[in-house]
Amino acid sequence: MTETALNPRPMPVKKDLMVEDANTRRRNAAEKRFRAYGLAAILIGLFFLIVLAVSILRNGLPAFTQTVVSVEFTLKAADRDAAESQLFKTKAYQDLFIAELAGKLDERGVEVVFDAATIERLLGKIGGDLRAFYQANPDRVGEPVSFELPASSRVDGYFNGRVTRETLQDSRFLMAADLDLVDAMQEAGIVQSSLNWTFLTGADSGVDNPGGAGIGASVIGSFFMMLVVLVLSLPIGVAASIYLEEFAPKNRFTDLIEVNISNLAAVPSIVFGILGLAVFIQFMHLPQSAPLVGGLVLTLMTLPTIIISTRASLKSVPPSIRDAALGVGASKMQSVFHHVLPLAMPGILTGTIIGLAQALGETAPLLLIGMVGFVARGYPDGFVAGFTEANSAMPAQIYTWAARADASFYDKAWGGIIVLLVFLLSMNILAILLRRKFERRW
Amino acid sequence: MPLQWLFLIVLAIATLGYVMGRRRALAAAHHDRRRLHSLPSYYGANAGLKAFVPAFLFAVIWLLVQPLVVTNTVSNMLGADVIPDTSSRGLVMSEVRRAADGLDAAVAQGFITKDRARSADADLNEVTESLKSAGQIITSELTRPILNAAQRYRAMTGAGASIMSGLVILIALAGALWGIWQAKAEFRARNVVEQGIRALLIAAASIAILTTLGIVLSLIFNTIEFFRLYPAADFFLGLNWAPSFSGRGGSSDLGVLPLLWGTLYISLVALSVAVPIGLFAAVYLSEYASPRARGIAKPLLEILAGIPTIVYGLFALLTVGPLLMQVFGEDGLGWMQAGTAVMTAGLVMGIMLIPFVSSLSDDIINAVPQAMRDGSYGLGATQSETIRQVVLPAALPGIVGAILLAASRAIGETMIVVLGAGAAARLSLNPFDAMTTVTAKIVSQLTGDADFASPEALVAFALGMTLFVITLALNVFALYVVRKYREQYE
Repeated sequence: MTETALNPRPMPVKKDLMVEDANTRRRNAAEKRFRAYGLAAILIGLFFLIVLAVSILRNGLPAFTQTVVSVEFTLKAADRDAAESQLFKTKAYQDLFIAELAGKLDERGVEVVFDAATIERLLGKIGGDLRAFYQANPDRVGEPVSFELPASSRVDGYFNGRVTRETLQDSRFLMAADLDLVDAMQEAGIVQSSLNWTFLTGADSGVDNPGGAGIGASVIGSFFMMLVVLVLSLPIGVAASIYLEEFAPKNRFTDLIEVNISNLAAVPSIVFGILGLAVFIQFMHLPQSAPLVGGLVLTLMTLPTIIISTRASLKSVPPSIRDAALGVGASKMQSVFHHVLPLAMPGILTGTIIGLAQALGETAPLLLIGMVGFVARGYPDGFVAGFTEANSAMPAQIYTWAARADASFYDKAWGGIIVLLVFLLSMNILAILLRRKFERRW
Repeated sequence: MPLQWLFLIVLAIATLGYVMGRRRALAAAHHDRRRLHSLPSYYGANAGLKAFVPAFLFAVIWLLVQPLVVTNTVSNMLGADVIPDTSSRGLVMSEVRRAADGLDAAVAQGFITKDRARSADADLNEVTESLKSAGQIITSELTRPILNAAQRYRAMTGAGASIMSGLVILIALAGALWGIWQAKAEFRARNVVEQGIRALLIAAASIAILTTLGIVLSLIFNTIEFFRLYPAADFFLGLNWAPSFSGRGGSSDLGVLPLLWGTLYISLVALSVAVPIGLFAAVYLSEYASPRARGIAKPLLEILAGIPTIVYGLFALLTVGPLLMQVFGEDGLGWMQAGTAVMTAGLVMGIMLIPFVSSLSDDIINAVPQAMRDGSYGLGATQSETIRQVVLPAALPGIVGAILLAASRAIGETMIVVLGAGAAARLSLNPFDAMTTVTAKIVSQLTGDADFASPEALVAFALGMTLFVITLALNVFALYVVRKYREQYE
């Protein structure tokens, strides 16, 4: 071997260790660059997180407020009878209200020019609310009642900045000139923003009424689904983990189960939707769109997660506990159920809550079992019906809104996401608190 | 009898069995526990389990089998002349089922008497009227054979439910009595109960196998059905995806290649976002960051993985899409027609996958033994030289495994592409074109009022099969790579 083969590149002779030569400078610069890349990667990741959070909050918060028109309104008995005799009853109520409101505006001396059609454009679908109120309280006819009724979704948009005079295109829904009246009414205190209870507690509305859409019914749907998931996946998951961790002999059957679990954990969620459609709906004829079916599908999907985390927490219980139990005469089964399982319980619960949170946000399988074709217009009637009656779920409801053409529903979708994330966040915080409180280091 | 009542009755019998079994065992030992083989509660549990488990299993099996038997019988009752040429037996059967459900609802709401609903020569118009007033939807004209079949269906279902209730209660009682009868002092109750519990544990563990079996079978059967209606070669090699919307036409082009291309393209964009960022983040977190910075940054990054995909989908559709349109759309560079595009979906999916890549790589880099780093430092290498030339090559198989897992995640991701990638299936190289994926098409072919017998709906199962096979292969390969790597250092 020659000298050149060992030293393909003649190294520059170092003159002084304390002086940086070009090579060292290059290497140090490369070091700094590399480190900066790493830092930049983390910052980019965090930047995405912040952008996501900001866009959720900025777009979603308007869904929680609602522009309302608050007016004192007196319905005369004669007017009511006239309205009830008409074909379009809610429309008749609406016209009465508009006439009253127009009178109020004239009284206050609003200078803007307006007519009944203007007010009609500004208001939401209020006729139904009015009629429902007077049918429930017939004795209030003839006396003044103060109403807070929703304004139209485009006026909502004007209040939270989505609609401006520049972007508004005149249509039969709202004209730019109408906004002058809105400003005047706001000054007079007739129009104001208030918390949107309809959104929090209501059910979905039709495609033409974004103002009346609410997430409440789908929260209930999600709740029933999570109940099914919890009741099925916790006992089954814990039983399966106990078998695999404590009793299973090393044989083909055990290997088969292990391989299946690790593969199921990575199967795309939509495939579980196909399974649910084929087995639960096509084969077993369970009702479509029912929380029961959704819960079953999500149970199968969460089981691997729960089994994996339960096995980890069973494994973390030291063998000395088992040995001690066996030593005082307990059977293997008794040592597991009386000693190991209670000690592993906090870890199991934490894993279960995280699995539930994952299931709560899952959308794709729900689309296939019909949770999205169905518009939840009401609450389920009773506890048992909650499982079998068609309902929506939070993520499916958000998808329904996002897929609608009317941009007013996008606000609702973002707002729904905030509600969903609040649930997820509280579940995760609960899991962290449980872990903090009960975690034991052996 | 409603199922929940049956369940409660069986539960009550089991509880009673528990109490009686325990008491009988104690009585047999003259209230001296030392004479018993097992603790008294095991004698009770023996009776309780014997009452509950067989009855419960029997009910589940009966509920699974009964619809099959009833459907088969009623279906055979319908002559060939009843089924119109434009329809199929399955469709007529679902009509029968709907009519039967409608009759149930009408009876429950009192629009029709029980006897009228049952009589074979009931007036068709009258029945239709009462169904309508009960708010039941009748799609087509109610005909005599369908009404009769529906009545037969109701009768069989009703009879089946009563027989099942009776048998279940009988089985529960018999089990409880057997358990109570066994409760004698020398009976080895603990061993028997533990055997039973062990069997239950095995059954629970086997659910994983059943799930896989269910997935594979439901995919295979429907895929075979699809290939009977549509040639497999056209599906796998077709360059055009254009399902006809009429529901039953032979005019659909159902080639999978444009969908696969869209899937791969979007995954590629996603990975080219997620892999560099995730990898550099992992290197920084495991090699450079102080424990405190790591403790803050790592959970924050992992939040990205915990956010539901519907949120990312909406983010793509309403935030990222319009943003990209401003830059690359008609007002900017003019490359983009609409906000939904490969780039939109890929970018957002990339963000979602960052923590996936970074967490897995972080674990793998941490598993590289410190001695290897020390050796490199000892030779005079800087930290970045050590990472690039020693740590990363050593961790490479694991990192490749992590990237493969991320790729399988990207391929199976649904909500982001449904909302962010558009609906047009095309073979194009422009990343700003709208394209669609296998998962998005599964959703669009199976939602809505699809007729499950048409190739347009069945193709979703073939797509699901394709997806399942691809992701399974990726997962198995990735796990194999990761496991092989782990064996080297642990």
